[in-house]
Order: sequence, then C-alpha cells, then structure tokens
Amino acid sequence: MPLLEVRGLIKVFGRLVALGGVDLAIGENEFHGLIGPNGSGKSTLMKCVAGAEVPTAGTIRFAGQDITAATPAKRARSGLTLKFQITSVFPGLTVYDNVLLAVQARSSTAGLVFSRTRVALHDRVMRLLERFQLAQRCAERAAALSHGQQQWLEIAVALACQPRLLLLDEPTAGMSLEERRITGELLMPIKRDCSLLIVEHDLDFIRNICDFLTVLDHGNIIDSGTVSHIQNSRKVREVYHIRA
Amino acid sequence: MAAASPTPVGSLRGYQRHMIPILEIVLFAVFAAAPIVLQDYMTVFVTRVIILALLALSFDLAWGYSGIMSFGQALFFGAAGYGVALLARDLQMTSAFIVLPAALVIGLGLSLAIGAFLLLGRHPPTTIFVALGTLAGSYVADRLARDWYYLGGQNGIPSIPPMTAGGYEFAEGPAYYYLALTVLVIVYLVCRFVVRSQFGLALAGVREHEARIAFLGYEAQHMKLAMFSLAGAVAGLAGGLYAFHEGFVWPNMLGVVVSTQIVLYALFGGVGTLIGPVIGVMAIEIASFSLSDSVPKIWPIVLGLLLLFAILFAPAGLIGLVASERERLGDFGRPPLQPRQADAMPDDAAA
Repeated sequence: MPLLEVRGLIKVFGRLVALGGVDLAIGENEFHGLIGPNGSGKSTLMKCVAGAEVPTAGTIRFAGQDITAATPAKRARSGLTLKFQITSVFPGLTVYDNVLLAVQARSSTAGLVFSRTRVALHDRVMRLLERFQLAQRCAERAAALSHGQQQWLEIAVALACQPRLLLLDEPTAGMSLEERRITGELLMPIKRDCSLLIVEHDLDFIRNICDFLTVLDHGNIIDSGTVSHIQNSRKVREVYHIRA
Repeated sequence: MAAASPTPVGSLRGYQRHMIPILEIVLFAVFAAAPIVLQDYMTVFVTRVIILALLALSFDLAWGYSGIMSFGQALFFGAAGYGVALLARDLQMTSAFIVLPAALVIGLGLSLAIGAFLLLGRHPPTTIFVALGTLAGSYVADRLARDWYYLGGQNGIPSIPPMTAGGYEFAEGPAYYYLALTVLVIVYLVCRFVVRSQFGLALAGVREHEARIAFLGYEAQHMKLAMFSLAGAVAGLAGGLYAFHEGFVWPNMLGVVVSTQIVLYALFGGVGTLIGPVIGVMAIEIASFSLSDSVPKIWPIVLGLLLLFAILFAPAGLIGLVASERERLGDFGRPPLQPRQADAMPDDAAA
C-alpha cells in the first residue's frame, strides 16, 4: 500500500480548473519529483495534499487514512509536512527557536506549559542546525539569514517535525548554483527516514535526487515513471518543446 | 509584530539585555514600599492602579501574546464584579477564599464560551471580527445590566460588605492594598511562567506566522482560546477585587469605555511584555490623578493626544524606550553562542 494515495483530485478556482482529476501514489522512502510548466498545477497539488487548499473533489489517503477533510495540523501530526514555495520562516524568532518550535510540535499542551521537553529536545535541535550549517548562527533572528540560509532553515524546520512524507515546493528557488548543490547533498540522507514529494523547476537538480517523476500540464498528469522513462517520453518533450 | 532585529546576542551590553527584569524588580519594590510612605488616600488610589494593572495584563495576554484583539475585557471584569457582588448581597459570602476563586471562574467560564464562539469557526477569524465580537459582547452586557432590575439597573449594586478571611476584614487602605498586590504578583508570576515556557514559544509562532504554524502540527485556534480564557480569568479576578474595593458595582464596569480604556493603557505601556501594561496603567493613572485637578478642562485633550502620539510614533509603547526589541521578543531555547560548547551550556532556563 502506498504511503500517499491521491485519487481523482480536482481543484477548481472559479472558472479555472487547476487540477483536473489527478491520481498519484508515493511509496515509503521514495523521492518523487513533480515537474511541469508554470501554471500546470504542481503547487496546487502540493497544497491540496498538505491541507492548505481544500480539493473540489477526489480523495487523499495517507498511511491508510483518509485525510481529505483533515486540518493541516492533523495532517502534520500524522507525518505530512510542507515546505512552502515562498520562504516562510518565523522571522522574529531566533534560528534555534524556529527549529525548537517544530521539534516540540508533538508535545502535549501540559508538556509545553511546564517546558518538560526543552532539555531533551536540545540535542535534536542542534543536530539539525549543524546538519544545515546553521549552528553558528543559531542565536540570530531568522530574518538576518540570507535567502539560501532561510530556505535551509525551512527545510530543517520541516525535517524537525519528523515527517513520513516531506513536501518541498521549489526548495532551491532563488539559490546560487553552489547553494543548490549543497541543498541536493543535504536532502539525499533524509531518504533513510522519509519519502519526498518535490516540486522544482531545476530539472538537473530534480533528476539527481528523485527516483520517480510525474509531469503535470494544465492540471492533468501527462506522464509518470522513472527518471529515464520521463527523459525519453515523447509527451514530456512536447510539453517542454524539446525536439527529438 | 515588528520586524526582527538582526543584532547578534552578544552585541548588547549586559544591562541592556536585562532591562525588563530590572524594571520588574524596581517596580514591585516600589509597590511593596508604597503604603509605608504614602498617605491612606493615596494608598487607596494605588490599590485601584494595581487592580487596573491586572485588567491591563489580561488584555496583554489576549493581544500582546496571542494576537486576539479583545475590546471586551471589561465584560469579564464587570461580570465577575457583579457575580461576587451578588454572592455578598444575596448569600452573604464575603470570604476571600470563595469570592476570589468565584471571580476567577466567572471570568474563565465566560471568556471560554465567548472565545469558543469567536475563535473556533471553520476558518480562522479575522482580527476585526474578533475585535467587533468582543466589543459587541461588552456593549450588550452593559445594556443588559442597565435594564435588569435584579442587578440594580443603572445604579448597580451598592454597599458591598468588605472582603473577609476568617475573622479578618480587608478594609480599604494598606490591608486591601497588600491583598491586591499579592494577587498581582501571583498572577504576574504565573503569566511569566506561561509566556516563557515552550507554550510561550508556540504562541510566539502564532503571532509571527499563524497560517504557517498549523503546518507544524499546532492547533493555533485552540492555543488562542486557552490564552483568551486565561486572560478572561485574570480580568475576572481583577473585577472581583475591584467590586470589594469600591464597595459597589455598576454597569460601566462591563461597558465599552472600560474595555477601550484598558486597551489604550496597555498599548501606551507596551504590549508583548508583561511589565509594559503595568507601567502604562501607572503612568496614565498617576498623570490623570495629578493633572485632572489642576487642569481639568484640558487634561482629557492632553491625554488623548498623548495616547495618539504614542500609538503613532512609539508603537512598542513606553517599554520600547528602555528595552531593546530583542529583549522584548525574547528567546526560548537559549542556544549556546559557540555550538561546540553545546554540551557544557544549560538550555533549560527560559530567556
């Protein structure tokens, strides 16, 4: 049984059909890339899966449970975490507190009020910050970080939730080539712990880290399969206007 | 919330990073010593200031820490005041061990009910919806009290007997002053504990980016409801103290004038810190007390301009003049400056 199973997902905004009946399945520890031209519905699909948008029709099952009507908080607690396309760290909090906020999210209210888990979670926070090369700046406000570092902080925050499926919407947007390379290296080890659904315009980047690709165009899936299958797909080439 | 400062933690001088604790110690030391040096009529005045400081704290918990713009704190204040006045009038209950918990429970229950109605909709409510909802609640309660004979109508409930503890009567003056101050100190410490806890960090996340925090697994509206209820409980406690201090309750205690007044007091002192609203109440009440006799006609205009000026040009309030933005925002995890020293640094203390 796949970890995430999307069936017949439709999302309509007024007269615009953003998703026209999408089917998608992602297995455990699978890195799945979502590509397509601008406006093809990639981000809308991510938002529907994470609960940021309510689908017009269709079902979303995660770990065997129907989560179509679940709140974003319930989805997050069940192991589904989204990194938004637009950087959305908590700018006024320190880098450390940004990660602590995510790490402690599954603590009980009483545990939070009495700060029972703060000491126990410290090592986890520091490990994540060191992994994303942010430990030296942990005492600074998140707003003081560069754009690339804010993107890394946000991925660290997403991983701090210990997701079973991580949804990354354009994690390398606005990054330099070097930052993109480092981001790829940072993401590879998480395969041991979770699955990944990633939207990205940088096709080289997505080819390097993903096992499977799904190509969307005008809200519909035009092809899906392994990276080599997609690279040789005629339909995909047509969408991207690549001459054979 | 204001934009974040990129100032690293080490660049502020020690006293600049600890202005708020210094202010807290100085202010509460002054409060503790006040009845010794003040005449009795001034002690009565400062008792009122302390009770209003409790009410301002309740607004701060709602707006400054939870992002709930409540124009209805007087509703919980007045309802608890009426509640304990009825206990004293109809059931002859004046024991502090009954009336103060009763005031707290009335404030808590009412704010829980109103908060659930306003905050737990299908979609997160807008600030203006909550502001108007609480304002309407305060207005309706005022009108209801004015027209309800059982509550004394326009005249309210007069001649409330003094609060007691065993055989002891808390008469107006130093005795009641220290009772009110004890309640303020306890409430302050409880609030300090809550807002600096890990729960306080979650609230900071709600204030910073409410839409985002749900995707980490937090139920933001439930957290806000918990804080709104705590704020209502504090306002109720203030109302109970106020009723026995003044010896009567009247519809104005529930109305929009008190609700708005306390919003302005808290904003003037500086919300988002606990000490700010206490300073705001002290500053305005002391200035009002001093100037309303000498320049009674122009004082309301001066007060209005002062508040307008503060809100427009010093949005962080008086506290913003002495405490850095970094200190006001606070840290929760207290990370070590050098990551390599992580194991040697304790991280269990709140910032």
